Amino acid sequence: MKPETVNKLKISANAAKYDVSCASSGSNRPNSGKGLGNASSWGICHSFTEDGRCISLLKLMLTNYCIYDCAYCVNRKSNDIPRTTFSVKEVVELTIEFYRRNYIEGLFLSSGVIKNPDYTMERMVSVAKDLRLKQNYNGYIHLKSIPGSSDELQQQAGLYADRLSVNIEIASESNLKMIAPDKNFKSILNPMNTIKNKIIENKEERQKFRHAPRFSPAGQSTQLIVGATPDSDQRILNLAGNLYNSKNLKRVYYSGYVPVNNYDKRLPALNEPPLKRENRLYQADWLFRFYHFSINEIVNDDHPDLDLEIDPKLSYALRNPWLFPVDINKANYETILRVPGIGVLSAKKIILGRKYSKLNLSNLKRIGVVLKRAKYFITCNELKAPTINELLPENVKKILLSENKSVKQFNKPLYKQLSLFSVT
Amino acid sequence: MNLFIYDQTFEGLLTAINDAIDLNIKPDKIISTKSFQDDLFATKYDIITDSDKFDKIWNQVKEKSNEQNCQRIFKAFLSELSEIEMIIYNYIKLIIDTPYNVEVNFSEDSVIKLNNIQKKVGREAQRVLMFVRFQKTVDDIYYASFDPKYNVIPLTVAHFRNRFADQKWVIFDTRRKFGYYYDLKNVCEITIGKQKINFESGKVDNDVLHVSEKLFQKLWKGYYDTINIKERKNIKVHMQFLPKRFWKYLPEKDFKNTLVTS
Ligand code: SF4
Repeated sequence: MKPETVNKLKISANAAKYDVSCASSGSNRPNSGKGLGNASSWGICHSFTEDGRCISLLKLMLTNYCIYDCAYCVNRKSNDIPRTTFSVKEVVELTIEFYRRNYIEGLFLSSGVIKNPDYTMERMVSVAKDLRLKQNYNGYIHLKSIPGSSDELQQQAGLYADRLSVNIEIASESNLKMIAPDKNFKSILNPMNTIKNKIIENKEERQKFRHAPRFSPAGQSTQLIVGATPDSDQRILNLAGNLYNSKNLKRVYYSGYVPVNNYDKRLPALNEPPLKRENRLYQADWLFRFYHFSINEIVNDDHPDLDLEIDPKLSYALRNPWLFPVDINKANYETILRVPGIGVLSAKKIILGRKYSKLNLSNLKRIGVVLKRAKYFITCNELKAPTINELLPENVKKILLSENKSVKQFNKPLYKQLSLFSVT
Repeated sequence: MNLFIYDQTFEGLLTAINDAIDLNIKPDKIISTKSFQDDLFATKYDIITDSDKFDKIWNQVKEKSNEQNCQRIFKAFLSELSEIEMIIYNYIKLIIDTPYNVEVNFSEDSVIKLNNIQKKVGREAQRVLMFVRFQKTVDDIYYASFDPKYNVIPLTVAHFRNRFADQKWVIFDTRRKFGYYYDLKNVCEITIGKQKINFESGKVDNDVLHVSEKLFQKLWKGYYDTINIKERKNIKVHMQFLPKRFWKYLPEKDFKNTLVTS
């Protein structure tokens, strides 16, 4: 490794940093005997950037040269920026050396497109292959598949990587074509499909043969850029929902568009990335994955966009006051889950706890219910306080906005999505 | 006043608790030989650590609750808090005296206290997994200093051993002046002199650093500085996740490194 690499690494990191998916969890790859590393299923953060994000993976671009010209991307070919290309050997060495020093959990590798998608993807695969076979490395590897690359390459990639992702970036094909003329949905959905089928196949295989090699054991994910096109939250969430269902995605990442190419008039002029909106989308995502909401209940033709002021669960409750108040001691689990201020854990505890005795306010507090919010939406043994029906939704909203600092708290970074984005 | 004096080991503490229960004497204080100051008015019991007694009480706790609960007690012990012995005594006594499993009965004072403490200890151990940084030395040993609030390095050894099975490493607790060395086969407890390591900065002296070490620290620091997205700066959250007390051993937070690179 040469001192010049310091500069190369900076150029590459700069090019890769806008990709937000940082989770290194979900894979449980044991250290095979006396090799290096293991992927722990919870994923460890090793540092934090000043913007508050968790650093767990070494995020690199194999090269930031690119033959494409996507309007939202720093690395588009028409930008005059420093460019660099790593050799396979360099990436392997950096990964190993950083890993050995406990700087990282593993590698997240993406690349600009050079020559053609297959040529590019092939080089990415050889990094992963080298790490696994030559270096005996068992740490985490996430490869970002190149749209349009072949099925064979997805198959190889999945043998060495813990997770694969193909970024769909834009929620509607017409808008995608407008700002990323070299891409289309087909070139993205095809590899996604191949990966999905291989994962399913592999699961069946491993049931029969326990030692069959794993295929992308931490599944696949994708990323959607928010705010670069006029696509509504309704459109974004519907696409996400479809992808979760039809492609078995593990995660969809929403990334507030960082205005890097303000000169491009196809893009909206933004002063700053739409972080609030990004955050609301994560909360909505959470609602339909863990709170038994349908997407249509969160966003629909009447409410195509999420309310930025309040979280989507509260917003739903305020739009549907007739569903409340909910009787904590009688209502079923799904109904209780819909109460603002009650999370999955508290809802489960309520169902368990009320078997023994009727629950009152102090029980609820102990359980972890945020009474400040919940009190407008519930009745329990002793509660006679005014609910949403006496106060009217708009007043509840006002009260909560003025007194509830936790509303502000939601504007938090991407670390620990689990607790921070769960809507209580 | 009944004063139990033990040798500061976990086995010793459990022996003391065993003796207290067997003799049916309620201790007012259980204290280690290190922090013991003579007290003329106390009745003193010098505890002789006994692994049979340890096993006996340990198994009793295991039977009454479960393995996990035993882990919790051990973690709480590692907090080294001054009142921890009595908390553990009360907790174990409660478990043994209660016909059902009390580990989730959060109306009991000792249950709450013990759980809060063991949680804090667990969190500190997690921090070690996150923020340990190895420096490679000339003899190919990866060395790391750490300065944990609680005595948590023992809890992390298994993790590092699994993960770094093919490299020799040392993790040294600069506060308690002991550490662990893995020699590709076994892990053993060690102490080291100050000759080649600065416990203040956690750094290995330059003459024993591997030739490549500085470069990789510089690479890492450069990477760290670059991936920050300025538009999203959020120092408050940053400090919350990466408290200042951990900075001293992190190459990415090494100010001198910046001066060198830029
Ligand atoms: S293909 Fe990827 S790297 Fe190239 S311009 Fe488009 S988004 Fe950027």
